[in-house]
Amino acid sequence: MTISRRGFLGGLAAGTGVLLGKSGASAHEHFAGYAGRVGLLHDTTLCIGCRSCEAACSTVNHLPPPAVPLSDPSAFEKKRRTTDKQLTVVNRYVPAGGKKQAVYRKLQCMHCNEPCCASVCFVKAFTKTPEGPVLYNPDVCVGCRYCVMACPYSALGYEYDNPTSPRVMRCTMCYDRIKQNLQPACAEACPTGAITFGKREALIGVARERLRKQPGRYIDHVFGETEYGGTSWLVLAGVPFAALGLPEGAGTEPLPSLGSGFLSVVPLVVTIYPGLLLGFYAFSKRKERLSEAEQKAAVAEALARAEEETKKKLAAAAESAAKDKEKAIAQAVKRAIAEAEAARAAAPAGAGPGKEVQS
Amino acid sequence: MNGNGAFSSPSAGRVLTPFNLVTGIILLGGAAIVLLRFAKGLGATTNLSHTNPWGLWIGFDVMTGVALAAGGYVTSSAVYLFGLKEYKPVVRPAILTGFLGYALVVVGLIVDLGRPWRLPYPFVVQAGPTSALFEIALCVALYLATLFVEFTPAAFEWLGWRRWRKAVGAMTIALTIFGLILSTLHQSTLGAMYLVTPTKLHPLWYSPYLPVHFFISSAATGLSMVIFEGMLSHRIFNHQVEVSHEAFDRLTLGLAKAASIVLAIYFATKVLGLAQGDKWRLLATPMGLWFLLEVVGFVLLPCFLFALGVRDRRAGLVRFTALLVVVGVILNRLNVSIFAFNWTLPAEERYVPHWMEVWVTLSLVAAGLWAFRWIVNRMPILHEHPDYKGMH
Repeated sequence: MTISRRGFLGGLAAGTGVLLGKSGASAHEHFAGYAGRVGLLHDTTLCIGCRSCEAACSTVNHLPPPAVPLSDPSAFEKKRRTTDKQLTVVNRYVPAGGKKQAVYRKLQCMHCNEPCCASVCFVKAFTKTPEGPVLYNPDVCVGCRYCVMACPYSALGYEYDNPTSPRVMRCTMCYDRIKQNLQPACAEACPTGAITFGKREALIGVARERLRKQPGRYIDHVFGETEYGGTSWLVLAGVPFAALGLPEGAGTEPLPSLGSGFLSVVPLVVTIYPGLLLGFYAFSKRKERLSEAEQKAAVAEALARAEEETKKKLAAAAESAAKDKEKAIAQAVKRAIAEAEAARAAAPAGAGPGKEVQS
Repeated sequence: MNGNGAFSSPSAGRVLTPFNLVTGIILLGGAAIVLLRFAKGLGATTNLSHTNPWGLWIGFDVMTGVALAAGGYVTSSAVYLFGLKEYKPVVRPAILTGFLGYALVVVGLIVDLGRPWRLPYPFVVQAGPTSALFEIALCVALYLATLFVEFTPAAFEWLGWRRWRKAVGAMTIALTIFGLILSTLHQSTLGAMYLVTPTKLHPLWYSPYLPVHFFISSAATGLSMVIFEGMLSHRIFNHQVEVSHEAFDRLTLGLAKAASIVLAIYFATKVLGLAQGDKWRLLATPMGLWFLLEVVGFVLLPCFLFALGVRDRRAGLVRFTALLVVVGVILNRLNVSIFAFNWTLPAEERYVPHWMEVWVTLSLVAAGLWAFRWIVNRMPILHEHPDYKGMH
C-alpha cells in the first residue's frame, strides 16, 4: 500500500475551495506568506539563559512576573512551558553525550505562516496578520481549546482558573509595539543578541550567513524556515533540534492542509447520499412489491388449482352418485317385478292383484 | 427473568430503591461539581492543563458518547431505507438512546467549554468553516434535532395527537436519509479532528484513515449497543416487551451477523492503516502491545465470536460479544484522545482525570438512565401502541 496521503487528500481537496472560499491564512492551498512580514531569530548558541526576555515579556503584557525569580537557578531544574501567566519561558537542555554544555532555548508561539490554531478554530478567532504576528480575538472565543490541543509546539496556554471569561493566552509578537516601530520586548531585553528581530526574509539570510561562516558551531538547518509551512520565529542550534524539545520529524506540509483536506468529503456526502439512499429505498420497495405480487400470484394459483380439483371431485361424486342411484333404481325395479311375479304365481283365490306387498 | 421493579416500574411505591439511591447520590454530587466548575473554573474541577487541554469530558462524554449513540442511524437506515422490516422493534429504543446520548453529549460539552453560552457563535457571530469542529458542531446540532423529531412519534402516540403523529410519520424516509448523512459526516469528522496532530498522537492510532476508522467503528458500535441495550431492556422492562423471546433472539442473531461483517471491514481498514504508513515495526513496542490488545482483543475477537454465535445460534454468546465491542470502542476513543495522545511526554506531564471529572461523567450516564426509564415507562418505545400498529 503506497497511497500518498497528499495525493488522496489533494484530490478530494479540489472541491473544498469552492465550498469554503478563500480564507486567508487557513486556506490549505500552499500559502507562500505575506511579503515583507517580520519575524524573530533565536540563536540558541548565543543564549545564556538569563531569562531577561521572560521578565520583559511579563511587563509589557501586564502579567505577573515569572513565578521563579530570575536570580533563582532552580527555574532550570524542571522543563517549564508557556502558560496563561507566562507567554515565554527559557529552558535548559543538556544534550546526551555529557561533554557538550547546556543549551538554552526560548519557548513561545512560533507564529506559523499557516497557523494550525487558526485553521481549527470554529469561530475564526485567530488571524494571521500581513505583518507576521498571529493574533487572537477573545471576543468570539467559545473556549473549546481545539487550538491549544492542535498547536504542534504546545505553545498556547488557557486561563483554566477563570470561570466566566477564560482566554487563550499566547505570545502576540508584541504586535502593538511592532505597529509603533518598536521591537518585541524580548528582543529588546536580550543582552547577548541571541534574539534578532527583523523582516523574516532578511533573518533567513542572517541565519544562513551564520551557518556558512561557522559551520562547526551549528547544525546546518534553520528551524522554522520550512517546518509545517514555516514559522515567524526561526531557531539556530548547535545540537539536534529534537534535543531542544522541538518536534522531531516535523514535515514541510502545513498542518491545516492535513486537517481541512478531509472536509472536502462533506459536500461529496451531501451530494451523493440522497440519490444513492433513495435508490436503495426504491430497490427495497420494489423487492417488497415484487414479492407481494409473487405471493398474490401464488395464492391465486393455489386457489384456482384447489377450485378445479374440487370441481373434479364434485363431478366425480355426482357421477358416481348418479350411477349408484341408477343401479339402485334398476335393482328396486327388478326386485319389485320379481316380487310381483312371485306374488301372482302364488296367489290363492280371493287375493286381489292390487294388494300391496309388505316387505 | 423477572422485571426488576427497582428500575422499571412506574407506579411502584418504592422510591428508595438501591438504584435510585446510588444514581441519586451521583446526580446530586454531579450537580454540585458543575456548580463548582462554573463558580471557580475548569482549573478547580479538572486535571486539564495547557499541555492536555482535552480530558475525560471530551474523550468520553463527546468522543465515546457519540459513537455509543450510533444505534439510531444504523437501525433506522436498515429498517426504513434497506427494507429490513423485521428489525422495526429495535428502532424506537435505538432512536431514544441516540437522542438521549446526543443530548448528554451537548450537556457534557457545555460543562467543558470555557464559555458555553457562546455555543451558537460559530453560526451566528463568526463561522470558521476550515475547522473540523465547525462541521461537527453543525452536524451534531442538526442531528440532535433530527433525532428529536424521529423520537416524537412515540410521544405523540402517548399524548394521543394523531394528526401530528401522522405528519411526522410521513417524513420518516427524509429524516432517515438526513440522519444517515449527518451521522456519516460527524462520526468520521470526530476522527478527522486528530489529523492535525501527527506529532502528538501515536503513529499506530494516527492515520490518514482516522475518519474512516471512526465511521466504520461507529456502525459496529451502534449494532452492538442495540444488542446490549435490547438485552437490558428485555430483562428490566420485560412486562412491556411484546416480542417473544424466540423472535427477540432471532433479531439479536441478525444484528450480530451484520456486526460481525462490519467488524471485519473495520479490522481490515485498521490493517490498511498499518500498511499505509509501514508501521508494522511499532507493533513490537509497549504501545504496540496496547494497540494489539485493542485491535485483536476488541475488534478481531468479537468479529469471530459474533460469527460463531450466529452459526451456533447462541444469543447469549452474542450478547456477551456486544459488550466486548462496546468496551472496545470506549478503549479506542480513549486511546486516541487520552492514552496515545501526547504519548512522548514524561509521565508527570500526562493527563489523568480528576475524580470530579469522573464523577460528572458518571452523572451524565445516570441522567441518561433516568430519562430513558421515565420515557420507556410512559411512551410506546419497547412495544407498539395498539392504535398505531404498522405505521411508519
